[in-house]
This record gives sequence, C-alpha cells and structure tokens, in this order.
Amino acid sequence: MSILGNRVVRKEDPKFLTSGGTYVDDLKIDGAARVTYVRSTSAHARIRSVDIDEARSAPGVLAVVTAADIELDPLPLEMPMLNEKMPQPWLATDVVRYVGEPVVAIVSETQAEGADAAELIFIDYEPLPVLVDTEGALEGSIVLHPEAGTNVSFELQFGRDESLFDGCEVVVRRRVNNQRVAPCPLEVRAVAARWEDDGRLTQWSSTQAPHSVRDALAKAYGLFEDEVHVISPDVGGGFGAKIGGYPDELLIAWLARRVGRPLKWTETRSESMVALGHGRAQLQDIEIGGSRDGTIGAYRLTVLQDSGAYPRVGALLSFMTRTMASGTYRIPKVDFNSRSVVTNTTPVVSYRGAGRPEATAAIERAVDLFAAEIGMDPAEVRRRNLVPPDAFPFTTPLGTTYDVGDYGRALELALEASGYADLRKEQARRREAGEVRQLGIGLSAYVEITNGVPGSEFAAVEVRENGTAVVRTGTSPHGQGHVTSWAMLVSDALGIPIDSIEVVHGDTDVVPRGVGTFGSRSLQVGGVAAHQAAGQVVDKARQLAAKLLEADPADVVLDKVGQRFHVAGTPAVAKSWGELAREASSEPGGLSAETDFTPPGATFPFGCHVAVVEVDTETGKVTIERLVAVDDAGRILNPLVAEGQIQGGLAQGAAQALLEQVAYDDDGNPLTANLADYTFVSAAEVPSFETTSMETPTPVNELGAKGIGESGTIGSTPAVQNAVVDALSHLGVRHVDMPATPERVWQAIAAAR
Amino acid sequence: MIPVAFDYQRVSSVDEALGLLATHGDEAKLLAGGHSLLPLMKLRLAVPSVLVDVGRLHDLSYVRDAGDHVAIGALTRHRDLETSELLAAQVPILAHVAGQVGDPQVRHRGTIGGSLAHGDPASDLPAVVLALGGTLVARGPGGERTIEARSFFEGFLQTALGPDELLTEIRVPKATIVGAAAVRNGTTGVALVNMGSTPLRASATEAALAAGASIGDAAAVAAEGTEPSGDLNASPDFRRHLATVLVRRALEEAAS
Repeated sequence: MSILGNRVVRKEDPKFLTSGGTYVDDLKIDGAARVTYVRSTSAHARIRSVDIDEARSAPGVLAVVTAADIELDPLPLEMPMLNEKMPQPWLATDVVRYVGEPVVAIVSETQAEGADAAELIFIDYEPLPVLVDTEGALEGSIVLHPEAGTNVSFELQFGRDESLFDGCEVVVRRRVNNQRVAPCPLEVRAVAARWEDDGRLTQWSSTQAPHSVRDALAKAYGLFEDEVHVISPDVGGGFGAKIGGYPDELLIAWLARRVGRPLKWTETRSESMVALGHGRAQLQDIEIGGSRDGTIGAYRLTVLQDSGAYPRVGALLSFMTRTMASGTYRIPKVDFNSRSVVTNTTPVVSYRGAGRPEATAAIERAVDLFAAEIGMDPAEVRRRNLVPPDAFPFTTPLGTTYDVGDYGRALELALEASGYADLRKEQARRREAGEVRQLGIGLSAYVEITNGVPGSEFAAVEVRENGTAVVRTGTSPHGQGHVTSWAMLVSDALGIPIDSIEVVHGDTDVVPRGVGTFGSRSLQVGGVAAHQAAGQVVDKARQLAAKLLEADPADVVLDKVGQRFHVAGTPAVAKSWGELAREASSEPGGLSAETDFTPPGATFPFGCHVAVVEVDTETGKVTIERLVAVDDAGRILNPLVAEGQIQGGLAQGAAQALLEQVAYDDDGNPLTANLADYTFVSAAEVPSFETTSMETPTPVNELGAKGIGESGTIGSTPAVQNAVVDALSHLGVRHVDMPATPERVWQAIAAAR
Repeated sequence: MIPVAFDYQRVSSVDEALGLLATHGDEAKLLAGGHSLLPLMKLRLAVPSVLVDVGRLHDLSYVRDAGDHVAIGALTRHRDLETSELLAAQVPILAHVAGQVGDPQVRHRGTIGGSLAHGDPASDLPAVVLALGGTLVARGPGGERTIEARSFFEGFLQTALGPDELLTEIRVPKATIVGAAAVRNGTTGVALVNMGSTPLRASATEAALAAGASIGDAAAVAAEGTEPSGDLNASPDFRRHLATVLVRRALEEAAS
C-alpha cells in the first residue's frame, strides 16, 4: 500500500514546536557586526545633503555609507520586461521616491549602536510633489523618473473592442479597488554575509529562492555562480515577497567587504512594513454584459496596476490577471487592457496569488453584479455560465488553455456543504423580520493557474550505505511541508520509511541548481523531479542487484516492505538498499540519480468557496460565520499538508476582504507602518473552516498534482466580499470596496437608503 | 524597534519606588505590565532614562471587599480581575471588561493601575472606572491622597498623577450590571471609550436618563459634546454614530 494520499504528520514540526527553528537572525557567526539602514521619511524629495559626520564617530560605529561611496555597477534589472529607465539605485542618490527607501547604511558592532547612530544622521530633503494615486500617475503631470519620461512602467494594451457589448440586454459597469496589502511574513527579512579566505562569498538569506539570490549576487559582484554560496536556513514565511534579491539585501556583502567583517542585517517590523514589497494594488474597471436569461455575453476588465516607486515583479502582475480574466466561465467575448504606473509608494511585488486573486475578485464581483441586475440567484447565474466538464482542454478567448476541471461539480458540492437553500431561507426570514443582524451568502467559483511561469526544477536522490536516503531539491520550503511530502514521494518509490529519508534544501553548495518555491509550483515541478529521480535510483539498483544475483534485471523485483531486491519468486536471496549502496560506492555518485524536470505546461486548480457572514447593519461590523471551501488541486499527496495550505490561504484571503489595507496619506506617508495600525488577521477573526477536497488529476504531470498554496487566498476573498454585499442587497447596496470595514459598510447602507 | 539605552531598577517596596521617582523626577518612568510603555520606547516615542519596575510589588495585587466598595490593588493583573469571584458578584462590568483586554498573554501581564495611569482614551478600563464613579488612591512624597476618577483623566495620555506619585489602589462602588453602562443606587453612569482625548462620561445621556427619558432617546444624545478624532479605523462622524448605537445597546442590556 502506498504512503501517498495519507494524512502523514509533518516531519519538520517537532523541531518547530519544541526547540524552534533556526532562522538567519539566530545564526551565530563569529565576529559578525550589524547593519542598520536609514530610510527615507519623505515620499518624494530631492536630497540636498546628508550629514553623517556625527554618526561616523558614534560608539560602536564601523562605517557609515551613502550612495556616493558605492562603486558597484547599477543593479541588474530583476526581470527583462521591466523598464530600465526606472531603476532603483543601491542607496538613494539625489532623489528619494518612497518612504522606506534606503538612503544610508550604518555598520556597527551591535544593533542598538546602529539604531542610536541612525538618530544622529541628518538628511536635508527638498520636498517634491508627491504622487500617491495611480490615476494621477497616469495623467502624468508629475513624472517620477524623468529619464523614462512617463509613469507607465508596463502595459498590456490590446485595443478596446467598442462593439463588445453589442447584443447584450444588460450591461453593468463598476470600478472596484483591489487594495494594496502587506505580506507580513512572521519572520521579517534577514541577511548575513561573509567573505571567505578563498574569495568566495557566503550569504545566508531568508528567501524563497536561494539560487536566484546566488545568481543576483554573482552578477552584482562579478563572481562566477560557484563562487557564491547561498544558504536559506529555516524561513518564517514569504508569501511571494521574498522571491527576489532586494537592493538592501544584496548590498550587505559589499558592506562586509568594506569593513572586512562578516555582517548581519535583520529588518525591524516597522521597517519591514515599508521596505518589504507590498501586494495587489489594482484599480479595476469591470464591465459585464449578457441577457436576462442569465447568459453572460461579454466581459471587459481594465486594470490600473500600482507598481510602487521602482517597478519590480508587481508591475508585471497584470499579465497573470489577464491570463485568468474570465475565470471559470465560458464567455464568448473578453477584453483586457492594463497599465502599470509608478507612484511614491513601496514597490509592489508578488503576494500569494500574484495577479490571479485580482482576476478572480474582478470576475466574481462582476458575476454578482450581473446577477443582481437581472434579479437572478448568483448560484444560478454561475451554473449557467461555467465551462462544462466536457470542454477541456478549454481555451479562453484570451488564449489561456485550462488543463482539466469540473467546475459545476465544485459549485454543487459547495452549495450542498453549505446548505445553501436553507441559508437563503434564513436570510429571507431575517429580512422579513427587519433584523439588525443580516445574513449574507457569498460565492466564488474560481480557477487559477499554478506553475504559471515555465521552468524546471532539480532533484537528486541518493541511497546511502546504511540504507537511508537523501533527497536534494531545488525547491525552498518556508512552511509548505516539503520535508514531509518529498520524503513521502521517495519512500513510495524506494520503500525506505520517511524517517530514514533526509530532505535537503536551501543550500546552493549542496543543491547545485534550483528555481525555488513560489507560484504553487513546488510539488508539480520539484516533487515530480524527486519522484523521477527516485524512480531512476530504483532502476539503477535493479541493474546492480541483477548483476549480483546473476539474474535478468527484468526478473528482479523491489520488495518495498523488506526494502530489498530479489528475483521474482525467490525472496530468500535478496540484496538490501544498504548492500547495493555499498556495492555502488566505487562508482561515481554511488547509488544516486539526479534529474531536472520541466513540465509541459501549467495546471489550473479550481474550486468553489461559500462565505456566510453576519452584518450588523447598525455598526457595520461583519462577522464571518462560516467559510465553506471546495478545492480541487488534482491528486492530493498528503491531505494534512494540503489542508494546512488551504486554511492559511482562506484566512489571508478573508483578511483582504475585511481587514487588511496598506494606506498612505496624500503626502505619501504610510499610515499602516506597524502591526498596531495594520490590521493583520489573527485566528480570532476567522471561523473554523469547512473544507472539502475534490480530486481531478491533471494530465500535465505523472503525479496528477496541481498547486495548492494559493487557492485558499484566491477563492476566499471574493466569496467574503460578495457575502457582505449580499447581506445588504435588499437595502439596495451593490458593492462595498475592500476591506469592508465597519465604516465602509455603514456608509454603503447610508448611501443606498 | 530598539529603545534608547536606559537604566533599570526593580523595586521591592512602594517607598523604594517613591524614592527613585523623587531622585530622577521626569527622567523616570514606572514599569508595570509594560504593554503600553514598551512599544512607545521601542518606537523611541518614550525615552525615559530610568525604568522603575514595580511589577513585583505583590502587596499591590488584590481585590478586596471594603464594605460599600471593592478595593483593587493597582498592580492587579487583568487576568485576576477577569477571574475574580468578588468582582463577578459585586462589579461584574469590571470583570467582564478586563476579560476583553487583548489576549491571554496581555491579560496576564497588564495591570489595572498601569492602564489607568497611562490614560489612553482608547482603553476600556479607564472608561469603566469612570462610569462606575471610582476613586483612585495615589502615594507620593507627601503621603497618600485620593482622586476621583472624574478628575483623574486630564488629557491625551495625561492624568492627575504627579511624576513623583505612584497609583496604589482603585476603589469602585459595588454595581450590578455588565456593559458599557453601569447602574448604581438607581443612577446610571455611562462612559465612552475613544470619544475624545480622555475617557468621557456621556453626560447628556446620563441627564436624559435622570430626567426619565427612554433608553432610545437617552442613547440618541450619547455623542453630544464629544469631539472624537478620526483615523483609519473610523471617522469622527462614524464614531459619534457608533456611540449612540453602543450606548443604546449597553443601556438595554443593563435594563434587561
């Protein structure tokens, strides 16, 4: 019997639950000094002068550095599609463009001395006009990067089909804001760097992608990739924001070389709230048309993406929004156009879902607006327009090909699990009685794309002479449970129990290649690679056993329970894994195999979420009573691990709908720069989730697995938002922007009355 | 997130604490649970040069029946208020509100004296003590004095306590009702949280009730005379609206 599909408890947890993990800041690095950044307190200003004299002679200070001191080449573009005329410098040169932009770096013996020295630095700013809103950026009377001559950092303009809604009986239009949020990993960013005697650079980084940090460092310092050693020890969350190398992370090594000491930098939480990239930040114009029988005829989505002061991956997220624009629906005509613009705000990066939650939020809101306009139950409108199961592989009007799905079944399962008909009855009762606390039921029938950015992943499996095995993977888990899942995959192939399988990741000297963990790619790329490498080891071992047993390899079988090979029918004479590994020890690489797997395409997990909320119509307070989630991520390897991913995602998604937003005032000052002001979700704000799994295996990979890391976030946000609006629809409310704070809800009710 | 360097003194008696306050004056701050002070210090908004830790003055941690009122030691933790049987029987509103503060970790550290002395209008306990018509006992170099809760809160994070004084006891009259309003001897006290720079009595509501107005009519004037600030969580208008709704609900709960 296979271990796959079982609720195997996570191998990594006893450590985290007892002694705790080892994060970068926990590392004891002999002789390490500390780095402190002084960041801009002005959103847009010319730097008249920087006075560092007093700080230089402050106790414990080893160096104080400004842009003028740095002789490195400009930072390479993070992605080729980005506008090269909007580069972020290592440290701000003559102009600062967002609150949080690093201006001065201090190296000191201790963190406290760094914080004290920072107070002695005086930066004279000459204020420049500030650009906070994206529409102002588009209008362009203030240009943030004069070299570029425009604030547009990226665009997808395919033209506007003016006849799109011809023939539609009903057209509904609405501007909605998919607000800026902060990823808030529990572990903030941290870096340690040390130059070794042989000229190599060792960097410890809290990252989701150590190999890309290695490559970025090699490029920045003119080194060969094998001269850079990047280690990511335990990483306390990333949510997409810890993928690339930020300038302040890459600069640590230069500072280390300058002072001739190993260095460590850990950002503070307040610093992280402005210096770690933000997510979402799309202003969307949605237009949907169709007939009164519930058929959707056309859909147009026009996106204005805020990319922050210096375009990073966030500027490109609208590409993913376009890819998934029409969601689970068969809509004959779809129009999508987007522009990304720079503003005087923290750069936007990828955040759990990265462009797809924005697509789902828009289409799911649109379908509800359409349903409300024609007076039809939103479940029924969805039922009538979902892509049917026999239509796969299905290509959308925008050219995305979905692998496989049964969206109707997910919808029906979710309706059934939530007791939808009874909920509608209870809602009608409360409306009839005019109760203060009204019930809202929100749906979201989502589909998303995982492993949407093509790439390969490395895996190596080796059986040691003591009969244990080691897996080396290019994925870089930071909470996803790969240590358990990869061990299960290899155990399934080898028969060696998971406790005897070590999973090694996050060290570029031990794992030669890797792409990392993001975009819900790990299992379907890295997991499949591990599975394939394990299969190759079995083949190798079989050949070796056949030679030793003087048999035809075709006759040699692996007894997984006994963990040994024998000729079929004669189990008494057998060769164990340990024996075979010892036999293979003379050969290069021993009993091992490595592989790089490149899947033929992306996969498209789907599902349906039902949110039930209670809205206090006097105070505007929304309480999530239930969150029912049906998620289909193909074949599930470990339901326990998958559920963990779903539950975390549901909480984060619900948080965007109700709680979280990064806010700036008109001068570009952040109003949510610590966790007292940023309303980060906690367990107290969400109910116990009701999850149902559906498994429609994908034909794209041999495991049949799709990604699960982001589905919860993608599906739940619009379900909760739709539920809030639904609770108030009888009062005439059609939309409440996110986050649906008590005041927003109160205002929506007042405006509808 | 790293405070400016400071000296730390842990005291084992009120006299020792008063001695240090007398020596250091404005430079010293008292540390009890630390949940308000330490975040301010980490943000370098508070920069005391001496912290006088009174957290181990166990003599000041008690809830006692004192006849017509309940006496509470200033260093009584929120958790002890929450679980006090005496409060549950005599001043249930205080036990209830203490149980709403933060999370269990916070309630095991935070103290009622610290909360009152901090004088944050957005904190719940100051408003409750105000609604109850409580009395605060402070000790300073000149000995002990009592201060009516009504005149204790002077401004945003400002109280009637002198820099050389230590809050030692809080006296609350016995009352029987849970909610944001408290009823005692037939008179109703209503206090508002975060509706101005200090916790406030909803005096228009109280006067209306005394004059025999209905709960609905009395609650409708709850925000009268208040000047709440606006922030990301709520605008002044919304706060005024909420005051009327929440006062009405509290009065209804108190009456039922």
